[in-house]
Amino acid sequence: MDILLPIKIAARALRVNLMRSFLTMLGIMIGIGAVIIMVAVGTGATKQISDQIATMGSNLIIILPGSTTSSGAHSGMGSAPTLTFDDVKAIRSECPAVLRVAPEQRGTAQMVAANMNWSTGIIGTTPDFLLIRDWKIASGREMTENDVDMAQKVCILGATVAENLFGDEDPVGKQVRIKGVPFQVIGLLEAKGRSAQGTDQDDTAFLPVTTAQRKIIGNAFPGTVGPTLVQAVSEAKLTQAQEEILALLDQRHHVGANKERDYTVRNLSEILAVAQQSAKTMSMLLGAVASISLIVGGIGIMNIMLVSVTERTREIGIRMAIGAKERDILLQFLAEAVLLTMLGGFIGIVLGVAGAYTISGIFGWPTLISSQAIGLAVAFSSAIGIFFGFYPARKAAGLNPIDALRYE
Amino acid sequence: MNAIVRIEGITKVYQMGEETVHALRGVSLTVSQGEFVAIMGSSGSGKSTCMHILGCLDRPTSGQYVLDGVAVENMGKNELAEIRNKKLGFVFQGFNLLSRTSALDNVELPLVYGGMPPNKRRQCAMEALDMVGLGERAGHLSNQLSGGQQQRVAIARALAGNPALILADEPTGNLDSHMSEEIMDIFKNLNSKGKTIIMVTHEPDIAAHASRRITFKDGLIIDDTGPAVIPFPGAEA
Repeated sequence: MDILLPIKIAARALRVNLMRSFLTMLGIMIGIGAVIIMVAVGTGATKQISDQIATMGSNLIIILPGSTTSSGAHSGMGSAPTLTFDDVKAIRSECPAVLRVAPEQRGTAQMVAANMNWSTGIIGTTPDFLLIRDWKIASGREMTENDVDMAQKVCILGATVAENLFGDEDPVGKQVRIKGVPFQVIGLLEAKGRSAQGTDQDDTAFLPVTTAQRKIIGNAFPGTVGPTLVQAVSEAKLTQAQEEILALLDQRHHVGANKERDYTVRNLSEILAVAQQSAKTMSMLLGAVASISLIVGGIGIMNIMLVSVTERTREIGIRMAIGAKERDILLQFLAEAVLLTMLGGFIGIVLGVAGAYTISGIFGWPTLISSQAIGLAVAFSSAIGIFFGFYPARKAAGLNPIDALRYE
Repeated sequence: MNAIVRIEGITKVYQMGEETVHALRGVSLTVSQGEFVAIMGSSGSGKSTCMHILGCLDRPTSGQYVLDGVAVENMGKNELAEIRNKKLGFVFQGFNLLSRTSALDNVELPLVYGGMPPNKRRQCAMEALDMVGLGERAGHLSNQLSGGQQQRVAIARALAGNPALILADEPTGNLDSHMSEEIMDIFKNLNSKGKTIIMVTHEPDIAAHASRRITFKDGLIIDDTGPAVIPFPGAEA
């Protein structure tokens, strides 16, 4: 028998009842479209979070100085200057699983260049910092060990700071005053955009940590540093690096029976994993909700197919009388249901993709249309077609020819 | 002369709710090739049931049925469909054409299910339409045709597969006398070309066109004018 025949017969039946076919398809269209949009929004959000976290750098460990304990009351972490610059140097030279170490001394300062001024975040750090953050210099040069050791009055500007102080001019080689102290701009950073928390990462100026402590931020405890970023050699070595740091610092800080650990080591990859996990859960939830509409659409198709079988009982009788076998009738109605769902699914995909783009455009949400979601939607819609088409088709094929012919 | 139809002691029992209906109570009949048989009888006489069994649309409760040399009484649903497709052609009272479908497509339908390649079935369908004089209306949709024309399309559809037997169930029931005459002329013409036809009717003047008249009453044959050409007794079935 002609393989295309059931499809041709089905296509004709759908064309004859155009309005009804369209309304039936609507359920599948909306279902598939919703799944694609929801998954696109969910995947987009997950990707955005990952991207933002990735701007922090990879394979990160953070060391926080400990808290002060006064009369048994703990202040917050980082409130006591228990981590020294010597500790940082020791970690760098003695822990084999550690690639880079960069202390951070944060502060805020007013910067002045010619007749422009801008208040911005100052980070005193070492050359490692920008390497850890994978932050490239757009023009000029990077900070050197020498700059740190000699506490040179040099600074590297973030894109936002440079724009506010110098406009479109290249700031490299120019002078800026930070809290009245003249600094030479040695480099301009590439723009990095917003952080996961939504702050402008480019609104920052970087100084050698020594200079920052002595000239700008001030430090009641010379030689100590604030939170310190550590980058492990690789993702696999993260745990090892963490253990090495703990062992080294415990030794250096004489942590033992009589002394509590006065610092904290945290693995930032865990934070990344948690954030991604929650975003993934969210997108699965969205997908699940959308799938319900798909199932409802499928039931709509079954309903119409059952009506169609009843309505065309006589036609089935005629076909059987002139020699259609059970299989022919079964295939005819199955083809009709599958055609409906496939067509609806195709329009749904188009709607879904268009909808996802529209949402991106109007609300500025990042959406990511995954080919997996589309593939899944196609597979699901044909599965629905077969699943919900099978019962009515089976019912039609099982009719007794004489009963079908006599049906009024 | 070949016996196209040979039934032996056919009974049919229905269960209608609580009631058991004996529609056929043991009917035996032999129809030979080239006969034009009219089956008559009042409603409830069993003539339609007999027709359905002859048409392989229904199975007898007991008895034997040999159609064109093939025993069909124990066949399965799909085998019966095959038999209907290859050996039988139906003409119904209500025409039973597919609506919104062209005359040609309607005539082609049994050939399609029979698995004939497209070119050949188009040719066969056109020949069948020409035979009933509707060749030039092949492209018309069935609902654009008059009742008489629709019935002629239905006859063409029955003829297309070149069946051993044409079964007509009240073929003129929905037509006026003028159109009925036209249809009967077609049947007589076909019969003269050697087609075997069995027709159910309750109108005596229609039955008069047939060469043999059988009358049913209460599930039994009560009258049979006998074959116009008497086949040699014991001839090969």
